[in-house]
Amino acid sequence: MSSEPVAVVGIGQTHHAAARRDVSLAGLVREAAARALEDAALDWSDIEAVVIGKAPDFFEGVMMPELYLADALGAAGKPVLRVHTAGSVGGSTALVAANLVAARVHTTVLTLAFEKQSESNAMWALSLPVPFQQPLLAGAGGFFAPHIRAYIRRTGAPEGIGTLVAHKDRRNALKNPYAHLHEHGLTLEKVRSSPMLWDPVRYSETCPSSDGACAMVLTGRAGAARAPHPPAWLHGGAMRSEPTLFAGKDFVSPRAGRDCAADVYRQAGITDPRREIDVAEMYVPFSWYEPMWLENLGFAAEGEGWKLTESGATALDGDLPVNPSGGVLSTNPIGASGMLRFAEAALQVRGRAGEHQVPGARRALGHAYGGGAQFFSMWLVGAAPPTT
Amino acid sequence: MTPRDVAVVAFARSGHHEPADGLSEAEMLLPVLHDALDQAGLAPGEADFTCSGSSDYLAGRPFSFTLALDGVGAWPPIAESHVEMDGAWALYEAWVKILTGQAGTALVYAHGKPSSGDLRDVLTRQLDPYYLAPLWPDPACLAALQTRALLDAGLIDEAALLTDEAAPVPSADGHPSGTPHAPGARAATDGAAAVVLAAGATARRMCTRPAWIRGIDHRIESHALGLRDLTDSPSTRLAAERAGAFDAPVDTAELHTADAAQEAVLRRALRLDGTVTVNPSGGTPATDPVMAAGLIRLGEAAARIHRGASDRALAHATSGPCLQQNLVAVLEGEPAGHPGAEPEGART
Repeated sequence: MSSEPVAVVGIGQTHHAAARRDVSLAGLVREAAARALEDAALDWSDIEAVVIGKAPDFFEGVMMPELYLADALGAAGKPVLRVHTAGSVGGSTALVAANLVAARVHTTVLTLAFEKQSESNAMWALSLPVPFQQPLLAGAGGFFAPHIRAYIRRTGAPEGIGTLVAHKDRRNALKNPYAHLHEHGLTLEKVRSSPMLWDPVRYSETCPSSDGACAMVLTGRAGAARAPHPPAWLHGGAMRSEPTLFAGKDFVSPRAGRDCAADVYRQAGITDPRREIDVAEMYVPFSWYEPMWLENLGFAAEGEGWKLTESGATALDGDLPVNPSGGVLSTNPIGASGMLRFAEAALQVRGRAGEHQVPGARRALGHAYGGGAQFFSMWLVGAAPPTT
Repeated sequence: MTPRDVAVVAFARSGHHEPADGLSEAEMLLPVLHDALDQAGLAPGEADFTCSGSSDYLAGRPFSFTLALDGVGAWPPIAESHVEMDGAWALYEAWVKILTGQAGTALVYAHGKPSSGDLRDVLTRQLDPYYLAPLWPDPACLAALQTRALLDAGLIDEAALLTDEAAPVPSADGHPSGTPHAPGARAATDGAAAVVLAAGATARRMCTRPAWIRGIDHRIESHALGLRDLTDSPSTRLAAERAGAFDAPVDTAELHTADAAQEAVLRRALRLDGTVTVNPSGGTPATDPVMAAGLIRLGEAAARIHRGASDRALAHATSGPCLQQNLVAVLEGEPAGHPGAEPEGART
């Protein structure tokens, strides 16, 4: 018995900022959810179940906050699932919600992810005390910078590649009214001369800390037929995990990422991602991760990702735009960052991305990763319903 | 209604009441995972899908669940997910995954190590962060509210409550292990649990008498205690209805409760009369490891079906203050003499 095709019929996100002092946690999630419902022309009563995700509860200091958020999410009397798969959680949450529709357990599901970093200190929440981690490994950048250096050494990439990515993504964010950072007048030189945080990652090449939420309404064939705007159809989705540390782990191009992409492409019938995918929203929290993921996801051969970035192919007017929304480098409510990638990919194939729309986008990839580059979740969405 | 038949084919849990001093979560989990996988005849990493439930707040560090993955054998990489919920909800996610057809087998596990901190303080962080958590009402305070509401409504009587709470609670091996405590104040222990799910013919191959999941549903209520009738559990009743619990009588019920008052609420919501054997596992849900306690109820109900001691069992899991969120599963074993060799998908 084949599963129900899954359609994204509603997408909403908050205006993201360093501190959304105007809203509580409940107000933040409700803002995103209300926009998604409005986009789908549905009411709270049309939602059968809620699947919510966020990164560690320590970020806000609320244990299992979905319990407290049940009222804000209109969930009383409904099922609520709470997903936590580290940084990939926004993507994983959407996939868990999609499965409820695919399995025909529910017909219409609200999925939502959030983070309110201003009520927390993610830098130190991510700096584990000894003996779990060596001291002075401050923040995620301290963990990932050595892997970026390994990439540069392995591929011989010139040092300016990260600067290009940061400049591109921050310029793209100027076209996205919801993005956290709107750096008018940003130049390559300004990125290049910003302070060094974790060699080779400079201040302007790292993601901000944001307050924000993202929500989507997922439904099946009948729901899609009733939707007022074109849906995005799920053509493939997968999650893969591998341990944090082990002998032989390739931090530069983790096998879990490659396997996850291969699974998604197989489901979607993609054999040449570079030609068949029109736009990608990838989880790039540090500039250099764009060329690294281009290789890991099969858009470029091993060692060639930086050349794709350098050629301008990943710019908004290139032939493979990457992160037209401005990406994680411009907006980073950690738990929601993955869902924003998934949602922005869906917006592109729905033709509803506004000023950062890639003309004629038919197939888009949403990508998220987390933990020690060990948790991956991805989906491929299309403007046309799946044929199988 | 389900397009595929899915069963619990294996269940394992760590020993009762042993603080896991000096053990990491992965070390606590490893023997339990191996026990469950061995029962199902699966090698580590061989299940099509893996899903777990735990809470960072017990370990006192973010991403604690990522280290538990070391005990799973996630190499080559595996299709895996995690809920920041009791493992019963991890089982639900895995069940849905199997229903989609994307997986035929799933490993589900959960672990909790409350000895790492003061659980009574930790659980207050679960409450509304703006209006309730600053008052630090611990589980005993909230349990007292619920118990008082039940006493006032005449739904329980004080004498029975005292008897129940003060009586030594027999553990699975028959030794008394409980000590008298105020409602909701019994100390939870460290531990882990694991379950293997499988669909159709695979389940029959792995287990002589699979515990077929005839339905699972879960529902949440408002977080605000003042908006709820603490003497009732409408979410449990609705979940039970949706899971088909009232379609036919059950012979067994495994209930995840913190105290006698909650058991009284659940017995009423689930319409359990004297004919139903409640918590025959001898477990003491109140002292089972936090985050694994609900999965243990499901596992114990399944194990009873595996052994032939039950034909139709209800399993319940809860989360949040005063039974805020509830999951109900209905499990069935096939009658003796059932051909048991139908091809997968033949049953609908």
